[in-house]
Amino acid sequence: MYHFTLYLKGSFYIYMVASMDEAYINEIRKDFPILETKVREGVPLIYLDNAATTQKPRQVIDAISEYYLKYNANVHRGIHALSEIASEKYEDAHSKVAKFLNAKFSEIVFTKNTTEGLNLVAHGLRNLLSRGDEIVVTRMEHHSNLVPFQIVAKETGAVLKFIEMEDFEKLDLNSAEKVITDKTKLVSIPHMSNVLGTINPVKEIAQIAKEHDALMLVDGAQSVPHLKIDFKNLGIDFLSFSGHKMLAPMGIGGLVGREEVLANYEPLLYGGEMIRNVDYDIATWNDLPWKFEAGTPNVSGGIGLGVAVDYLQNIGMDKVHQIEYELTKYTLDRFEELDFVKVYGPDAEHRGGVVSFNVYNDSGQLIHPHDVSTLLDENGIAIRAGHHCAQPLMKSMHIPATNRISFYIYNTKAEVDRTIEVLKQIKDIFN
Amino acid sequence: MNIYRENILEHYKNPLNHEEMEDASADFEDSNPVCGDEIHFWVKISDDGKIERATFKGTGCAISQASASMLTETVEGMSIDEVEEMGSDEIRELVGVPLSPVRLKCALLGLKVLQGALLKYKGEHQ
Repeated sequence: MYHFTLYLKGSFYIYMVASMDEAYINEIRKDFPILETKVREGVPLIYLDNAATTQKPRQVIDAISEYYLKYNANVHRGIHALSEIASEKYEDAHSKVAKFLNAKFSEIVFTKNTTEGLNLVAHGLRNLLSRGDEIVVTRMEHHSNLVPFQIVAKETGAVLKFIEMEDFEKLDLNSAEKVITDKTKLVSIPHMSNVLGTINPVKEIAQIAKEHDALMLVDGAQSVPHLKIDFKNLGIDFLSFSGHKMLAPMGIGGLVGREEVLANYEPLLYGGEMIRNVDYDIATWNDLPWKFEAGTPNVSGGIGLGVAVDYLQNIGMDKVHQIEYELTKYTLDRFEELDFVKVYGPDAEHRGGVVSFNVYNDSGQLIHPHDVSTLLDENGIAIRAGHHCAQPLMKSMHIPATNRISFYIYNTKAEVDRTIEVLKQIKDIFN
Repeated sequence: MNIYRENILEHYKNPLNHEEMEDASADFEDSNPVCGDEIHFWVKISDDGKIERATFKGTGCAISQASASMLTETVEGMSIDEVEEMGSDEIRELVGVPLSPVRLKCALLGLKVLQGALLKYKGEHQ
């Protein structure tokens, strides 16, 4: 009897927590007008493609239109009221991002996106590389953290090396110990795989890089929007991320760089804003971070990014992670029940809110992800299907492509249930 | 489930002319790197420059494979020039369901490969 009461109390507690969360997420959803969209007549949108880009809350959209309605002006130039407001707000956005990631103001460079930040680091690396030096990346790279280094290696005679994976689930730390040597000038890894969802041990690998005096770059495209990040504590030199994957507009992102490293690092772009003194034959560079922000920047985007950071901090990154963890765990548990779905990547404890999978018919034949996503789309469900800009990973897994569900703060278990219902119908169509 | 009308699924599950051709006049193969669809076409050209028979094999999504299957039937008896003039309009009509730009590329792969085979044939015979 005593146990029975406890059990009841336990379920009641779980029920309360679950329904509180539901109410909480419904409140969040009200900030995202697009979630009310009907994709087609009578077909509501279920948006599960957040690793590609997230939707934007009203607060971010309002901040962008407020900039254009009330104080549009170029920054750091005009001695006039509008330019002063714009400059202040644009700089303020840098401060917000710095605080969000526990970095200094001077360490926050606004870029166009993650790719630009990665290219900036790759470009500057040319000056530090000699023939025979080594660059280390991983077997689970997005093309953007692979191709720039292929090119730099080719140009400088450096060698590109790879940290291997274990069971297509996680990075092999033994392999990291082996491939990172005194010849290594830079190690670059994704914080979180955009295909497998794996959260990689950045701190451990940064420690190995440090022991060999190598620079450490982290592709944070999939982690900065979803995890609490402490740049200083990670012990890394660079972190690149995109705003549009974390509620901010497209065309704005950031490269965080350790001040001591940025001070001597070569910029990617030269021109206005990034200079201090210019003569006809020579120029000197501006203070950090402006040295890396040549030309008129994306001011409205930067301000939008600052507001997106405010929004996420209001919720709290621990809460963001908890919401996504619960959705991911729920999805993995439900997929486990389905014998026609094959899931890739590790368990919920070791991954972010990304679930890649394939669907098979009753005779075990793969239903091509493009067919799956087309049929999901007919039901208003937006997912990603393809190679996810990770062709080498797909080839090594011997699959042409996968379907990918990815979550954010406004997704619900009911959306997962509906997706699974449609997946069952899709399997039947292909039987 | 509008886009996968019965005839597309039928062609996908039981494709027509789905075999290698031993006495082919030309063959060609290509893939769509975005989705990994692969198609190989074989054609038999008659003395008067008409397509006597076309066969294909391949792997990939239902749209790409069904469209290739339909194509083998359609082009029989057409002249090389006529097939070379075919484009997205003809394929849209052939497939008969609304196609987004991405899915149109899937549908067009078969035609692209078939035209590649014809180009190869012309290179060798003209």
